[in-house]
Amino acid sequence: MNKAIFTLFERCVGCKGCEIACAVEHSQSKTLATAQHESPRPRPRVRVEPVGAYTFPSRCVHCEDAACITACPMGAMTRNHDTGAVYVNQDKCIGCWMCVTVCPFGGVSADPSSKRAHKCDLCPERTAQGLSPACVDACPSGAMVFATPEEFADQRRRVTARASVGAVNEIPENAALWRSLRGEKQS
Amino acid sequence: MTSVNVPVVESALLEIASRKGIKTGRDRLAEMSPQCGFGELGTCCRTCYMGPCRIDPFGDGPQTGVCGISPDAMVARNMLRETVGGTSSHVGHARHVLLTLRDALDGKAPYEIKGESKVLSLAKIFDVPTEGREIVDVCRDLVNIALEDFGRQDELPNNWISKRAPQAEQQMWKDLGLMYSNPHNEIETAMHASSMGNDADPLSLMMRVLKMSLIDGWSGLALTVDLQDILFGTPEVGFTEAAVGVLEANSVNIATHGHNPVLSEKILYWSERMNSEAVTAGAERINVVGVCCTGNELSMRHGVKLAAHNSQSELILVTGAVDAMVVDIQCIWPQLAQVAKCFDTAFITTDPMVRIPDAHHIPFEPQHADESAQQIVREAIAAFQRRQDKPVDIPQHKSEAVVGLSVEAIVGVLSKLDPDDPLKPVIDNVANGNIFGFAGVVGCSSIRFRDGAMTEEMVKHLLAHNVLVVTTGCTAHILGQAGFLTPGATNLYCGDGLKAVLTALGEAAGLGGPLPPVWHMGACVDNSRVVDLLVAVADRLGVKVGQLPAVGSAPELVQEKAISIGGSFLALGVSCHIAPAPRILGGPMVTQLLTQDLADVTGAVVRVELEAKGAADWMIDHIGEKRAALGLDLATVGAP
Repeated sequence: MNKAIFTLFERCVGCKGCEIACAVEHSQSKTLATAQHESPRPRPRVRVEPVGAYTFPSRCVHCEDAACITACPMGAMTRNHDTGAVYVNQDKCIGCWMCVTVCPFGGVSADPSSKRAHKCDLCPERTAQGLSPACVDACPSGAMVFATPEEFADQRRRVTARASVGAVNEIPENAALWRSLRGEKQS
Repeated sequence: MTSVNVPVVESALLEIASRKGIKTGRDRLAEMSPQCGFGELGTCCRTCYMGPCRIDPFGDGPQTGVCGISPDAMVARNMLRETVGGTSSHVGHARHVLLTLRDALDGKAPYEIKGESKVLSLAKIFDVPTEGREIVDVCRDLVNIALEDFGRQDELPNNWISKRAPQAEQQMWKDLGLMYSNPHNEIETAMHASSMGNDADPLSLMMRVLKMSLIDGWSGLALTVDLQDILFGTPEVGFTEAAVGVLEANSVNIATHGHNPVLSEKILYWSERMNSEAVTAGAERINVVGVCCTGNELSMRHGVKLAAHNSQSELILVTGAVDAMVVDIQCIWPQLAQVAKCFDTAFITTDPMVRIPDAHHIPFEPQHADESAQQIVREAIAAFQRRQDKPVDIPQHKSEAVVGLSVEAIVGVLSKLDPDDPLKPVIDNVANGNIFGFAGVVGCSSIRFRDGAMTEEMVKHLLAHNVLVVTTGCTAHILGQAGFLTPGATNLYCGDGLKAVLTALGEAAGLGGPLPPVWHMGACVDNSRVVDLLVAVADRLGVKVGQLPAVGSAPELVQEKAISIGGSFLALGVSCHIAPAPRILGGPMVTQLLTQDLADVTGAVVRVELEAKGAADWMIDHIGEKRAALGLDLATVGAP
């Protein structure tokens, strides 16, 4: 199966490094210093959402049975069969927002400058070179994993097994304290 | 963000802002959220250009910076730079007042010496002869002693700490290597030590934090307050009102904002003398009101009404009724210029260090203070003429407030009971438990905590447990607006013991009612008055300051200044509650040092509690431990 991005939200620190990396990857210059001055302004396709003590980097999950593809009346929502990524064909999109309506994850948004649908495309230029998507690569705390579902499930099974026999590394005390204070602040 | 307990003043002003389509700090905070965890943890290092470096708090990613610096050294180095920011602010303020006083004595700046009693009391401390001498000559000697501290390269102890600070604590600071000479040299050394490739030992860096905080305490706070009392007089007990309702629709409203009374005293002086110009322009009068700490300065000495604390500074502009907001230094939000543009408000910057786009800049130098102040008052009158007959929205919320409780004023009140031993009634009541202890609740007003009324709720718990509260800074505004600075608050909030004491003291002092349960001791720079009060009580009891049943709290930390002020209390041995958490949690050793191990160094610890009751409970427990160590009977304490 194709690789997808899996989120370990408990490791997200909310720095929004993924948002910046995403916007830069989807800019014309692909360089932060110049990308911030481009017009239209590059926009991230991943958003860090606060949830109590936690933060969650949220984006399109590229469903195998994608409601947005079915709902699109123009056939603009397209599957890249090499990578499994669902992307928007900008030439066909008419901005009817059916895709925004049906996506259960809020993974599709409306780009205010082009008035077209706007979403994660799994960074095709990067993955073609064998790299991870920009957001995964940028995350300094390992909150995102680019893997096939089988690989991710394997990894999770190992972690669970280690926890079951008491061998798991606990979150360090100071990091747990910071997390609990963050929760107190939000509540 | 919880909104169950939004103070009425904020509710009213936010409603007006929303109706007028003006975004506020709360909107900007929501847009900014979530905020970066590395910044919160203190493990983001931008000291050199191999970086920026970040430490993975969960242990799998990078555990040191590119140069190999540890997370503990990273957070300590960042904290040192924050502390330098705070200390520089107060030392800079002190030096500005010092040079103004020097110029006044030389006839080069139009200020008089209104605080002769302060000149004489300082002369005694600094061994300056007074017998048969003119007050200006005594004062000149004091100025030279202060100036010497800023020029010395001899590494001899700084005059203001070595003569002014209590002896027992000085010995502790000497033993810990914390005594200092020239504050400017130390600021330079701290910036040098914290630049790339220097001090990488977290313990060494944290001792630098304490040293920098001591400099704030004595060459910042104490020096500023001493000199301001010389220039403008030591505050005496007075009455005023607090909250936005002090604005007057038909008057020229001048809001003074910032920290340095060298400007605002002149604004007040000329507003009184130019009142007829305002009347001619169609106004009832000129109404000078205070925002933030320059507001506290004017309120302490002249009873000027308190319009807003820092996080309300943009909100009072949405009334449309502020004709001029004139600012000096520190805590001036650049956003104020943008909100002022929506109205007829003249937003006037005055300090060369505080330039803000879209502000009207009228340079203020003490040498030409009268001319600048008159120009500013005229700008305000012109702005009033522009807004005449336009509707204004002034929420009619305000509270009465007792102000002006300098140490001298407190001793003055207590002297009416026992002229020979004024502190005796307080000490007797601490001993018998009627006063369980003291809490200095000081600092900023933060929109992160305002909507839960953090400060007010915490103080309610403290008072109910018979803890006497002293306050300064924007915290004093918050408590003033909520009615805590009134005799009525004593009956409303205090436990039986504290209520009985304050009632007896107030009546014996001829005030015709109880003393308020929260004593307003001034601006944030006036935290040296809180220290002076603690030193006086400790001295009378023959114990170290750190042994007193006393605790500090900065419940709504915003500014770097609160870090250095807090550090100066820790150096004295006074433990402090703080919220939010300082940016050290990414360093486990530094976290443990501040929250536990510091007790073995200076006798104090830091406690982070983000919720009002939890904070108050810890403070009460901490005072209880101090009482027990002094052998005071806990059983006499009247629980609510």
